[in-house]
Amino acid sequence: MSAPTVARPTEDELQAQFDATIAADHRIEPRDWMPEAYRKGLVRQIAQHAHSEIIGMQPEGDWLLAAPSLRRKAVLLAKVQDEAGHGMYLYSAAETLGADRADLTDKLIEGRQKYSSIFNYPTLTYADCGVIGWLVDGAAICNQVPLCRSSYGPYARAMIRVCKEESFHQRQGYELLMTMMRGTAEQRAMVQDAVDRWWWPSLMMFGPPDDDSPNSAQSMAWGVKRHSNDELRQRYVDMSVPQAEALGVTLPDPELALDEATGRYRFGAIDWAEFKQVISGNGPCNEERITRRRAARDDNAWVTEAATAYADKHAS
Amino acid sequence: MSETTAAETTAEGGHGAVPTGPEIPSGAEPTRATARRDWPLYECFVRGKRGLNHVHVGSLHAPDDEMAVHAARDLFTRRNEGVSIWVVRASDITASSPDEKDPMFAPAGDKVYRHPTFYEIPENVPHI
Repeated sequence: MSAPTVARPTEDELQAQFDATIAADHRIEPRDWMPEAYRKGLVRQIAQHAHSEIIGMQPEGDWLLAAPSLRRKAVLLAKVQDEAGHGMYLYSAAETLGADRADLTDKLIEGRQKYSSIFNYPTLTYADCGVIGWLVDGAAICNQVPLCRSSYGPYARAMIRVCKEESFHQRQGYELLMTMMRGTAEQRAMVQDAVDRWWWPSLMMFGPPDDDSPNSAQSMAWGVKRHSNDELRQRYVDMSVPQAEALGVTLPDPELALDEATGRYRFGAIDWAEFKQVISGNGPCNEERITRRRAARDDNAWVTEAATAYADKHAS
Repeated sequence: MSETTAAETTAEGGHGAVPTGPEIPSGAEPTRATARRDWPLYECFVRGKRGLNHVHVGSLHAPDDEMAVHAARDLFTRRNEGVSIWVVRASDITASSPDEKDPMFAPAGDKVYRHPTFYEIPENVPHI
């Protein structure tokens, strides 16, 4: 009796199957056939997202030893640890596409892959920790919630875990700011100053305007991305304005105004020249962030070497 | 706005815009060898609470089985998400083909009589 044989599917059949899966809004899973551009685009996106989480530990990490109370310190430590975890979930998802996580880290350190521009700004006062939680993590939530439905299964599942934890990040930041706003005039001024510095960079987190974002169309056609940059940015502004009012701070945009007809907020022009400067490596902290990441890799190499030596010794 | 901005950046991932233009090379060969690179990949499974199955939650690298369990605890159960963890080396897993048209699952396709709804029972018969 001979074993049944199955004809190897042609490239066209594989492509058709992939297209049908996307069209049915089903998820693509790691061992599925996928177009090379889909795989490469995802590795790039997920790796850069992972790098952002890892580099994102630094601005707030700077305040761990200067937190104003044990409670704030415990909260901040938990938050920074979460960011590390988010990076790990994402590297794990990138690896299901054939990427190697140590290679990805090397590429980050060597400047061959990037991370979000927002983390190249300094945290000058403790109010910055609150504003990062409220505005920066708020923008991240806006971006990440739709990614929970991304067409690539492992990415979507990583995003679900991340989003569950991100809510804590935003709320602890907002609560920190509310506490400061109930404090002295000096503390209120610190909060306003932090808002003034972080508002525009957080709007830039959504990327260039739609008419200037060439990769978006393909990414949306593949279901990797679900909403356009401008759509998400508008949603973020609409959510943030009432939060700012409740907090008692002024968002630094004289053109910010409610459009009665649409119920949405109009806002001023974003300084894309600054954005381009920061993302090209000329932001206030680009060099510091990468230097520290490199030191973490190299100075702690002995720990991984020791663990490997221990494992080898006990394996035999 | 310059045209180069368009080619270089896009909003990707949750934490915002990153450059994606041609000046950012990808796919270059790794240049550095480290011990960590050789750590095996472990797939991790967590039992959320008593009475539930272990469910796959993700993967991580660790030098050995014991360290993999510790790392999985830190990574996947920071908020009491589990009462038990399994880890297994990814290389030890044997899997079927992912293709839903795979003949592996075909034999079950035409055996509708294996499902309770295949059998018609009069409505006046209770508890069945």
